[in-house]
Amino acid sequence: MSVPVGEHVAPGELAKAAPIERTAPAAAEPRRWSGAIPAWLQVTPFAAVFMVFFLIPLGLTVMVSFWDYNEYQILPAFTARSYVETFEGCYDKLPDLCVTFKTYLSTLKFCLVVWLVTLVIGFFVAYFLAFHVRSATMQIALFLVCTIPFWTSNVIRMISWIPLLGRNGLINSTLVRLGIIREPIEWLIYSDFSVILSLVHLYALFMIVPIFNSMMRIDRALLEASRDAGASGWQTMWNVVIPLSKPGIVIGSIFVITIVMGDFVTVGVMGGQQIASIGKIINTQMTALQFPPAAANSVILLVVVLFVIWGLSRLVDIRKEL
Amino acid sequence: MEKRPASFYWLAALFTLFVLFLYGPMITILILSFQGPEGGLTFPMNGVSLHWFAKLWEGLGVVDIWAAFRRSFRLGVVVMVLTVVLSLLAGLAYRKRFRGSNVLFYVVIASLIVPSIVVSLGIGLEFRLLDDAVKAVAEAFGWTWVTENYTTAMDIYTSGLGAQLTWTLPFGLLITFAIFNRFDRRYEEAARDLGATPWQSFAHVVLPIIAPSVIGIGLFGFTLSWDEVARSSQAMGDLNTLPLELEGLTTTVTNPQIYALGTVTTGVSFVVIFAALGLIQALRR
Repeated sequence: MSVPVGEHVAPGELAKAAPIERTAPAAAEPRRWSGAIPAWLQVTPFAAVFMVFFLIPLGLTVMVSFWDYNEYQILPAFTARSYVETFEGCYDKLPDLCVTFKTYLSTLKFCLVVWLVTLVIGFFVAYFLAFHVRSATMQIALFLVCTIPFWTSNVIRMISWIPLLGRNGLINSTLVRLGIIREPIEWLIYSDFSVILSLVHLYALFMIVPIFNSMMRIDRALLEASRDAGASGWQTMWNVVIPLSKPGIVIGSIFVITIVMGDFVTVGVMGGQQIASIGKIINTQMTALQFPPAAANSVILLVVVLFVIWGLSRLVDIRKEL
Repeated sequence: MEKRPASFYWLAALFTLFVLFLYGPMITILILSFQGPEGGLTFPMNGVSLHWFAKLWEGLGVVDIWAAFRRSFRLGVVVMVLTVVLSLLAGLAYRKRFRGSNVLFYVVIASLIVPSIVVSLGIGLEFRLLDDAVKAVAEAFGWTWVTENYTTAMDIYTSGLGAQLTWTLPFGLLITFAIFNRFDRRYEEAARDLGATPWQSFAHVVLPIIAPSVIGIGLFGFTLSWDEVARSSQAMGDLNTLPLELEGLTTTVTNPQIYALGTVTTGVSFVVIFAALGLIQALRR
């Protein structure tokens, strides 16, 4: 496997990293070296962080989601109240949607659109980098160009759309001056459109990197064989490149979908704090010190996300492909 | 050289558009942050000045932005160091064998995938329950100095730091895997045959070889922390980091000061990115 690009820097390591874990242990197991620090001791601080700041908090979230509460405090008494209230009226009001369902539907809609757009962009950008750029140096340079924004502030990258999309922004004022529109377009900012645009802007990279990685692993001889066998460019792409890029596509999709599912910052800033999302509900309840309902919503969100990942992972055996 | 197919030009055009899409808005606020004193949040430019940077230097009203700036910077450095050290140690452990290595690997991947707001809420809850427990115990035993002085264990360097590590460490570990996957064990064997201790072999053989990639881990550690919002949101306690302040400012500040702040923040990111890339280049020579 030759991966000339992003050797040290890339989040590209993401897609590449796992095989090591699969393949390494067999090759490993070196002779004992007297005085060497045992492995379990080396990994303890790392594992401890995930114990204290990931596993225990998740466990507590599940626990508190079944607790009772009043205006002042949470009460450690088992009750399904938070779940019942979250889904209040969801069944009897059908076919009208309750707030919870509406919010999930809206979040899923963002997910679907952002996923489709980033998939198309990610695939073709990765395809260009992997198969059309010929020199390795150029590949590294262009890959870095795509990666650098990932290391800058997301909030700033959101704000930076305002002078372009705002009511008196560059796009509106240009269109008005050209006489194409009379009144500024209102839906450019603080709308579903600006939220989607911003999410694509922020997270397209999460799609590009894994797909690019998968593509770099494709044996070039296969493409040649396909061409020699008389396949057109499209046929080669459809029947050779896409199937072989599937692991990257699935990993990128999991990233984009889970990020959008839990997002509350982008929806907040780019939606002008007017658009609902699950993440925002949780954040608001947390700020209002309503911990059990916030925890219940988190658990529901987690279940939905895991369900989506489970569905996606059925498309490809991730454990094998990683 | 082979003639380029037509698809090359289409894809090159698409790629160019994508890069424009990536950088266009960033460049816009860079330009607008140099807006004249009379200028507003959008074009046209009303003169060119450093007015808004000067205003920013004086502070942003009620928000002590420079305190937040310093806090974020310090936290970023701490996160960077811990990410490098802990992921390297864990990476070394994965080269040998240890019990539960598979489970830990899946936990790390899960930490990357579980929505950040869920992690943040969990940590917030954990520390609140801890506070309640401490107060209850102190009351039960009549430790007055605790009941009078203790408020919360939540802090930037406890819950906040932990929250950010759950985000940076997975990146760190995955990069470490990639590093050691490419590492030629024979160098290490040679050091060992020549009588080096494990520490000598690590410090004089392994570390110099992997140093460029280690800088890469540091780059991830710092920049991810410097920009982190979602996981920090419920875990920072009373004091906010810079990106959290920024998120709040998006709705309240209505002049180009916010762009000036954006330019400064992005400037810090760029300095760090290019310093890291430069260092990597230098180390490779």
